[in-house]
Amino acid sequence: MRYLFIVKANQGPEPTPALMEAMHKLAQREIQAGRMLDDGGLAPLAMGCQVSVERGELKVLDGPFIEAKEMIGGYAVFDLPGPAEALASAREFMQLHKDFMPGWEGTCEVRAIAGSMTQGR
Amino acid sequence: MSQSDIHRAILGVWRVEQPRLIASLARLLRDVPLAEELTQDALVAALECWPESGVPERPGAWLMATAKTRALDHLRRAPMLARRHGMIAAALEVEQSAMPDFDSTLDDDIGDEMLRLIFTACHPLLSPDARAALALRMLCGLTTQEIARAFLLAESTVAQRIVRAKRLLSESGLSYETPQAEERSRRLPTVLNVIYLIFNEGYTAARGDDWLRPQLCDEARRLGRVLLALKPDEPEAHGLVALMELNASRNEARVDPEGHPILLMDQDRGLWDTLQIRRGLEALGHARMLGGGAGFFTLQAAIAACHARAQTPGDTDWHSIVGLYNQLSVLTPSPVIELNRAVAVSMVSGPERALEIIAALEDSGALKNYHLLPSVRGDLLYRLGRIGEARAAFTAAAALTGNSRERALLKQRADALESGRHVEN
Repeated sequence: MRYLFIVKANQGPEPTPALMEAMHKLAQREIQAGRMLDDGGLAPLAMGCQVSVERGELKVLDGPFIEAKEMIGGYAVFDLPGPAEALASAREFMQLHKDFMPGWEGTCEVRAIAGSMTQGR
Repeated sequence: MSQSDIHRAILGVWRVEQPRLIASLARLLRDVPLAEELTQDALVAALECWPESGVPERPGAWLMATAKTRALDHLRRAPMLARRHGMIAAALEVEQSAMPDFDSTLDDDIGDEMLRLIFTACHPLLSPDARAALALRMLCGLTTQEIARAFLLAESTVAQRIVRAKRLLSESGLSYETPQAEERSRRLPTVLNVIYLIFNEGYTAARGDDWLRPQLCDEARRLGRVLLALKPDEPEAHGLVALMELNASRNEARVDPEGHPILLMDQDRGLWDTLQIRRGLEALGHARMLGGGAGFFTLQAAIAACHARAQTPGDTDWHSIVGLYNQLSVLTPSPVIELNRAVAVSMVSGPERALEIIAALEDSGALKNYHLLPSVRGDLLYRLGRIGEARAAFTAAAALTGNSRERALLKQRADALESGRHVEN
C-alpha cells in the first residue's frame, strides 16, 4: 500500500543541518529497505502560488502569503505493508525532529493513496 | 484498542526497524542465522513489554539494546566454541557499559550487510522454497505465521523449513559468507528467481480461493527495489523490477468485487496503476540502457510494456509482442513461453496458425497437466466458431486448475457455450 506523508510546520526557521543530516540518513535506510519511493522538500511558499475557486470565481494568489500560518515543508511517498508500519514510520520521522531540532513544532499527516490498496483482499 | 490491534501496532514498529536491526546484528556477530533469531527474540520481548509500558520513544534503540543483551546471554551460555565468540562478547560488553547512543544505529550504512543477507537467504545450497521463506523472513520481516498464510502452508511446515535452512547454512560454514563480486554476479540469477517466485506466488496464485495475493506481490516488489538500490548496474535486476511493476499495475483490474478473475483483454484499463506503469517503464529503460535488452526478465517486461502502453485492447502492438516472444523462446525454450507465443501469433496471423503451435505442444506432452493449454485452445477454437470443441477444451481446463476462482471462470465459459449464450470476446 502506498502512503503520502505530508509534513506541515509553522513558518519558522529552516531545518538545522543536524536535522537535515538525520533525515538524509533515514531516507537512505528507507530507500535501501525498498520502502521509500519518492521524497522532497518544498521551496519557500513565496516561490509558489495558489489558484482557488471562490464563489464561482477563479482567484490567483502569488505570495507573500502573510496570513498563512502553517505550510507544507516536505513530502514523501512510501510503499508499506499496512497502516501499522505507516504509523511507526511517521513516528520515527517526527522523533528525529524532536531530537535534532528542539523547539520545532509541526505535523506529519499520513494518507493512504487510494487505488494502491489491493492489500487485504 | 484490542489485544490484536496492539500486537499489529507493535509488529509494525518492529518491521520498520527490522532491516537495520538484523543488518547491524549480523555484522556484530558475524552470523546471519543467529542475527535473525535475535531480531525475533527482540520482537517477542517487545510484545511482552510494550502493551504495558507503551512503545518507547526510540523503539529501534530499545530493540537493538534488547537483542544485544540476548546476544551476550547466548554467547555466555554457548561453550566457547571459538576464540571469536570471546572477542565478540568482550566487544559487546564494552559497548553495553558505555552510555547508550540512541542515534548510533542511524549512522550504520547497512548496504553491504543487506547485500550479504540477500545472498545468504538465496544461497544455491538451499531449496527454492527455503530461499523464499528465508528471504521473506530475514529481508521483509514477515513472521512464520504470515509466510505460512501467504503460501497456504501449515505454520509448522514453514517453521521447520526455516529452521532446517538456517541449520544447513550454519553447518556448511555459510552463516557469514562474503561472496566476491564475481561470485555475486554468478549467483544473481538465483536471487532474481527467488524474488520472481515470491511475486508469482502472489500474482498467479496457483492454489487456493483467491486469484491474487497482493501481499506477496508487494513484498517481492520491495525486495526488487532493495536489490536495485544495492546493485544498480545489473540490467536483469532492472528488468525484473520492470516486469513486476508492470504486471502488478493491473492488480486492481484483474479481479471483480467478488474476487473473480478478469482477463487482460477484458480489464478496465482505467484501473491500471499509472504510477507503477511509469516506474515499470522507467526500469525497463534502465535495463536496456545497461545493455540488458535481451535478458529473460527484460524481454518479459518489454511484453508487459506493450500491454501497458495500449490505451485500448485494440491498440496492442501484437507484432512487437510476437517478436519478443520469438526472442524469448530462443533464449529459454519453454513450453509455457511457447503457449504465450501462440496467443500472440493468433492476434497477428489468426487462430489457425496458433492452433498449429498448440498442436505441437500437445504432441510433446510437456504441458499435459497445465490448465492454460486447453484454456487457450478453447479460446482459439471459439474464435474459429468450433463451438463444441471449444466447450470440451474449457471443461478439460476447468478440471485441471487448482485455483477455485479460475475453475469457476473456465466452467462458466464452457457452460455459456453449452446453452448457446456465446460470450463475445
